[in-house]
Amino acid sequence: MSKRRPYVRSMDGWWKKNPFYVEYMVHEGTALFVAAYAFTLLVGLVRLGQGEAAWTAWLEALKSPFSLVFHAVFLVAIVYHAFTWFKLFPLTMPPIIVNGKKVGPGVVVGSGWTAAVVAALALLGLVWRIAA
Amino acid sequence: MKTRKRSNAPIFWGLFGAGGMLAALFGPMLVFITGIAVPLSLLLPADTMSYPKMLAFAQNFIGKAFIFAIIALFLWHAAHRIFHSLHEIGIHAGIGSKLICYGLAFISTVISAYILLGLGF
Repeated sequence: MSKRRPYVRSMDGWWKKNPFYVEYMVHEGTALFVAAYAFTLLVGLVRLGQGEAAWTAWLEALKSPFSLVFHAVFLVAIVYHAFTWFKLFPLTMPPIIVNGKKVGPGVVVGSGWTAAVVAALALLGLVWRIAA
Repeated sequence: MKTRKRSNAPIFWGLFGAGGMLAALFGPMLVFITGIAVPLSLLLPADTMSYPKMLAFAQNFIGKAFIFAIIALFLWHAAHRIFHSLHEIGIHAGIGSKLICYGLAFISTVISAYILLGLGF
């Protein structure tokens, strides 16, 4: 075994030193909550496949304070995901040209946020209609 | 002439983008409906997610496609993002972490497809 012990600078908390990196870690971290919610839905789908008793038990579990708190956290994280997803569009998407002019970043981001609000309301309306 | 191997990166990048877009458009409202509004009987009819209604939804072709897209694409999105962020917290992004991230998304995709097909049309 080598006796050399080269100095390796620790990476611990590197991102905490700069607000820009903190925001970066937070918006990348929303993926953990997207995954957690998707796994929750997957469990629901498995329970649906097992029949009525299993499904009703899953619905009951969703009423527990534990579940409600978790979903409130999912909601905040996924709203933040939606907010940053469109906020980064000027960097992540190819430029959009209309009448030979590049569409400004403000318009691109604003359209994205508008689309998110419209899609959310349309989904709520659709669910309400199907259920009624 | 040497034939070059095509990169598979665009596939995973595409799944990441599609899942991220779906999560941005429908994620917040879905969480609100399934995790808050229905359990607390707010706003929506009390039997919105009752067994007959959910079964009918999962047996409808469009409903099936929606459930599948939400679960599978959310997980491919998250897997890709988490895998590429591992480096940031000092974890080497090797074959093991790749298998865990994308493997979980893959297994979940297969499970949801299996159940949705099993529920019939």
